[in-house]
Amino acid sequence: MTAAVFFGCTFIAFGPAIALFVFTVSREPLRVIFLIAGAFFWLVSLLLSSLVWFISVQISDKNSLSQQKGLLIFGVVLSVLLQETFRFAYYKLLKKANEGLLTLSQEETMPISIKQLAYVSGLGFGFMSGAFSVVNILADSAGPGTVGIHGDSQHYFISSAFMTMAIILLHMFWGVVFFDGCEKQRWWAVAAVIISHLTVSCLTFQNPEYVASLVPTYVMLFLMGVWAFYCAGGSLRNLKLCITCTDKDFLLANHRAR
Amino acid sequence: YLNLLLINSFILLLFYSKIFPYFKIYVDLNYTVPCVRLLNATHQIGCQSSLSGDVGVIHFLESEQNLDWVLNTGHSPPYMVVLEGANFILSSMISFNSSGRVAGVAVIEPNTNLPGDFSPHTQCPNENTGVYTEQYDPAYAHCNRTLWNPLGNGLSYEQFHFPIFSLKDDNDTQVIRQCFQAHNLGVNGSAPEYPLCAMQLFSHMSAVTDTPTCIRRNKIQNDFSISPEKVCDPLGGVNVWTSTRLINNTDKGHKKSESVVIAAARLDSRSFFFDLAPGAQSSASGVVALLAAAQKLCFFFFFQETFDYIGSSKMVYDMETQQFAVDMDNVHSVLEVGQVGLRSSNSPIWLHSDPVSRRNSSVDEETAAKNTNVNVSEPDASQPLPPSSFQRFLRARPLPGIVIQDHQSVYTNRYYESMFDNPENLNMTYPPDLSPDEQFNFVTETAKVRGNKPSCPVTLCTVSQLLYGFLIKSKNPWFEQIIPSDFASRLVDRPTNFYTGVHLQKSEASFLVEYILANLTGTVVNVTQENCKNQRENEDDKDNKYFYSYSWVQGALAPNSSDRQSFCVRSSVRTSPAISPAFDLELLTSSDYSTWTESRWKKITGRIFLVASHDLEMLTLGVGIGILLLSLLLTYIISSKADILFCSGREPTNATY
Repeated sequence: MTAAVFFGCTFIAFGPAIALFVFTVSREPLRVIFLIAGAFFWLVSLLLSSLVWFISVQISDKNSLSQQKGLLIFGVVLSVLLQETFRFAYYKLLKKANEGLLTLSQEETMPISIKQLAYVSGLGFGFMSGAFSVVNILADSAGPGTVGIHGDSQHYFISSAFMTMAIILLHMFWGVVFFDGCEKQRWWAVAAVIISHLTVSCLTFQNPEYVASLVPTYVMLFLMGVWAFYCAGGSLRNLKLCITCTDKDFLLANHRAR
Repeated sequence: YLNLLLINSFILLLFYSKIFPYFKIYVDLNYTVPCVRLLNATHQIGCQSSLSGDVGVIHFLESEQNLDWVLNTGHSPPYMVVLEGANFILSSMISFNSSGRVAGVAVIEPNTNLPGDFSPHTQCPNENTGVYTEQYDPAYAHCNRTLWNPLGNGLSYEQFHFPIFSLKDDNDTQVIRQCFQAHNLGVNGSAPEYPLCAMQLFSHMSAVTDTPTCIRRNKIQNDFSISPEKVCDPLGGVNVWTSTRLINNTDKGHKKSESVVIAAARLDSRSFFFDLAPGAQSSASGVVALLAAAQKLCFFFFFQETFDYIGSSKMVYDMETQQFAVDMDNVHSVLEVGQVGLRSSNSPIWLHSDPVSRRNSSVDEETAAKNTNVNVSEPDASQPLPPSSFQRFLRARPLPGIVIQDHQSVYTNRYYESMFDNPENLNMTYPPDLSPDEQFNFVTETAKVRGNKPSCPVTLCTVSQLLYGFLIKSKNPWFEQIIPSDFASRLVDRPTNFYTGVHLQKSEASFLVEYILANLTGTVVNVTQENCKNQRENEDDKDNKYFYSYSWVQGALAPNSSDRQSFCVRSSVRTSPAISPAFDLELLTSSDYSTWTESRWKKITGRIFLVASHDLEMLTLGVGIGILLLSLLLTYIISSKADILFCSGREPTNATY
């Protein structure tokens, strides 16, 4: 539409991710490295799934609509499964790397905990996934036109941006829950993450009914957020302590943090 | 089943929407003909768009009353005005130009010619470069005595600071109409609501101000840039000439005891829009008439004349400076064929001559009408010559000469130098349901009128076929046979474009005339392809190339095959460069010679789409900034309290150490 829409949609889509990156990741070089490596893993999973998709489309009958529809669903499901597989692979790699790092360094404690790794890798997945979902749409939003000449909904850009924001945050939460589940051998948690990811991806088939796809996604986001909060060690008590903001713990913590 | 189809289309749309959002937003226009910028010694004319294209809300102009919406009352300027051909008038265009609320204009070409007249050229064509200057005879200068193109409105010579495109009345235009009706018409007289249908036109021209400026910038680019990008090119092309007497082409300058009559015709035309110059009456009629009489004449020429006599001024200059095979002393007289297409069978042919030079009795004697079998007539003795190449010869010295036209005084061509100067203007009609080949062989009434000269054994068929080839389709069986195979792709399924073009390229018309002339005046010789292409009759022949030119032409299709029986044609047809002497002499501010140049450009395209309201865009930006700030704030707070939030007896995750 114009530069205004371009920047607006970019900030909507990447705002939370940028904020998280700036305040929690950017100062720690180790976290940055693992974030980028996480993004790379996601990229490889996308490459593999798109390779399979491409070959299957070439083989298929291009004129048959039902075949193409089926292929699309197959492609989405395959991509989700591959992404989660690579998340697991990354988990395994990080476990090994952490042991290696421990033996290399002189310190006694691990330089980066598995919880932090979960968070950072989830964010890395989220960044890359968000970039691939939305960058081409952002590029077209910078031009003078908006969607609609063929009768499509006008809200294409803004709903894509909100969807992307949700997906980035979801990837982060999924990362935390997934790694936690793997650590504690709670395989039902891992399965829940996979099912949740599949659900959200399949919800996008509702487009252009943007309300039908965005609202459930945000509900899922909230639920996963709560679950990730608990996995990361939070609790209702801690939350209450923080919100009241006037107790000694808070003042002490602030003092310590400085 | 319908449900399934619906779901399928949604899914396919989703797939394509994620990969190609461009096609959901824009509809590219397929046929766009722009108005381009031309420059001369002092001015620039034509149209210009901004570098990133001009965007405007589409408005279909029904009539002049609608102008008010565009100029004053409309709520969402700037507007892109879409006009039917009948509304393309000077006063509207001038008001758009000065308004500031118009981003561009698109003109829909009508399928048949306008009922009225439309000539975007000036009223006195080539006013300053003809022979009638203040010095020659002030009574005739500036068309004082006879205003040759009274219907001219000068639209082509105005300067517009927005793009003006021409569109055909086809599917794309239907889409524009539908988009306009769906989005841009307010309900019950109220203002239309966003999103509105808009159009963007790209026709950014690199050259600016005038010719000396753009030539200077060309030089700077050439001297200092690694990959020089020129900004303009001089107009011109080639003059096509031949002589039926043998002339040694390399022997320049005066030829003893040669006295030639120059038969000339104009080879080019123009219109308001680029490359859209059918030129039926203004040039094709004269070209066909001269070509049809080809066998009978001696020395004849086809000149690029529309832009201040580029061709003839160059020829006269070459003759005067001994750079041509003959010089001005060899020229006995000039016989020029002008606009001859609009004659009905009873009216005479008018022989125009120059009253000033005829005051000299010797010139007068030569010019006096000889006995002919054709119905000729002379206009009033004090009437000056119409704009013609002969005027440039007269500027050099007084010569006897006549210009043949089909009108007595001012032009009868209602569409002079416009896109409507087409076969319909000449009343060239074919019965419906004829295939292209049948049309090609059909002898139209127009051809009969033109070709009916009992003393001249010219076949009606030739005239008819020439008219077809120039004005309907240049891709026809005869033209395909007479051109070399390298140029077969230059024949097209549309009328020949007579636009002068830049001097680096031969215009479509000059390339056709060259080979038609060779076919009509030359002979087929039994020469091998290799020798033919090397301009010789056999290996030992070294001299024939000075007198003749050889071309290896495609020939006819062999029966039952796609091969052609090519052969060699020997003729005296030659081309000489038609570029104004002003560029060779570097007199770029001269008023004696043509200084016209055409700007260069990178992208000419157009597209339509919907635009959202400014408020919605700002809201999106506001929401985005809000979310960014909110998330920064939240993250800061959470990360600063991370050790409380995530502490449950185990190590913190987001500890800020």
